Amino acid sequence: MTRRTRIVIFAAAGLGLGALLGWSLAGIPHFGDYRGPYGYILNRIVVPERHTTNVVGATVFDVRGFDTMGEEFILFAAVMGVVLLLRGTSPRSEADEAVEWVGSDALRVVATLTVGAAVLVGLWLVAFGYVTPGGGFQGGVAVASGAALLYFAFTMRSFRPFADEQLMDPLEATGAGAFVVVGLAALVSGMHFLHNLFGPGTTGTLRSGGSIALVNWAVGLEVAAALLTLYSLFLREYVVPLARSRT
Amino acid sequence: MTLIATIVPLQATVFGLVALGAAAVVLTRDPLRQIVVSGLYGLILVATFVVLQAPDVALSMLVVSTVAYPLVVLAAIARVRGGKSEQHEPEPDREEAGSP
Amino acid sequence: MSYLPYAVAVWIFLVGLCGVVTSRNLIHLALCLTVTQSSTYLMLLAVGYVNGGGAPIFKGVKLGTTAVDPVVQALSLTDIVVSVTVLALILALTLDVHEDAGTVDPDQIAEMQG
Repeated sequence: MTRRTRIVIFAAAGLGLGALLGWSLAGIPHFGDYRGPYGYILNRIVVPERHTTNVVGATVFDVRGFDTMGEEFILFAAVMGVVLLLRGTSPRSEADEAVEWVGSDALRVVATLTVGAAVLVGLWLVAFGYVTPGGGFQGGVAVASGAALLYFAFTMRSFRPFADEQLMDPLEATGAGAFVVVGLAALVSGMHFLHNLFGPGTTGTLRSGGSIALVNWAVGLEVAAALLTLYSLFLREYVVPLARSRT
Repeated sequence: MTLIATIVPLQATVFGLVALGAAAVVLTRDPLRQIVVSGLYGLILVATFVVLQAPDVALSMLVVSTVAYPLVVLAAIARVRGGKSEQHEPEPDREEAGSP
Repeated sequence: MSYLPYAVAVWIFLVGLCGVVTSRNLIHLALCLTVTQSSTYLMLLAVGYVNGGGAPIFKGVKLGTTAVDPVVQALSLTDIVVSVTVLALILALTLDVHEDAGTVDPDQIAEMQG
């Protein structure tokens, strides 16, 4: 199929799709006219029942926790796919020998100052995820990104502890498995899967939400380890050709 | 309770910017420039999510579009350019240092 | 005017698809896919918006104040983080194709043989 054929077919199909979607816009409620009951119900019952002030966090980890377990495993499977695809191209030993510094001084200074702050902010986002905006997903990405700044501040060798597959694989698996274990623990104690186990605690503090806290940390751990694996693989893809082209 | 929404000017501005930003990302053909425009588009989306009263989603988009997307895409671009990176990279630096 | 966010979501979806179809570079294609994904986030959050509603966080806020729908926010925020890994997977496939075919132009990649 040539490029021109493809574009012509897409133009016709795209116009049809646009017309259908535009027609569907005529039948939906206006913007702001929210009709569904679940939003109102959740905003009313989550805080008295689970004592977590972040209703979105409680929805992600408790009310719709089964859904989040599935999303977590999508992440896990995608990272597994990337590792399989990129494993053979750049060996880690060659990446470790690349001792060049990133060229810009300003980048190095800013990265050195920001690493600690970024990791701390990420950990705070994970820890208080069910009290104020945040959560395992956001905080996990922030922690991994803060740790990746080590490459920009120094060399690949200083990033190596965070790129070590022997360390990251068990951590990622622990994070993914802990979610399932918490759910199974509820099964074992006679309730249904992913039932909230511990008492709700005090509203607005860290000790609230029961098993939401555990699941939150499990997801944070898994996301951070998965993203660090991704970053290390891609940075290796960047560093090795540079080193090879200089020798 | 059926209320017809009056779109506040702030919301209208933000939605307009999102539409423009999406077109800008798609129309930028060079991947290296496109990732910069995509970072800006991510920040516009963060503002949109804040205006739509969704701070968790805004935080998520913020950490993702400022660090995660550029890092993987830039590494891929560098790898695709391969051994030509030595010749190509110094030239854009020189011409961009001269322009401001 | 009250359909503006939905119309913008439809526009972004079609623009992203347009970019995917007319792309000459696989990395450009991957980024246009992320633009298409962002249209779904906008659509979901616009569906969940309540007039005069605040964020569904009740720390320091009296219980019972109007708040927007938390379910669609839960769907969007997990989706955004998962889309990073999916983008990484697409880019890894791109790098693989580049190793094999030497080019990242979708039109010039020879069809699979055998």
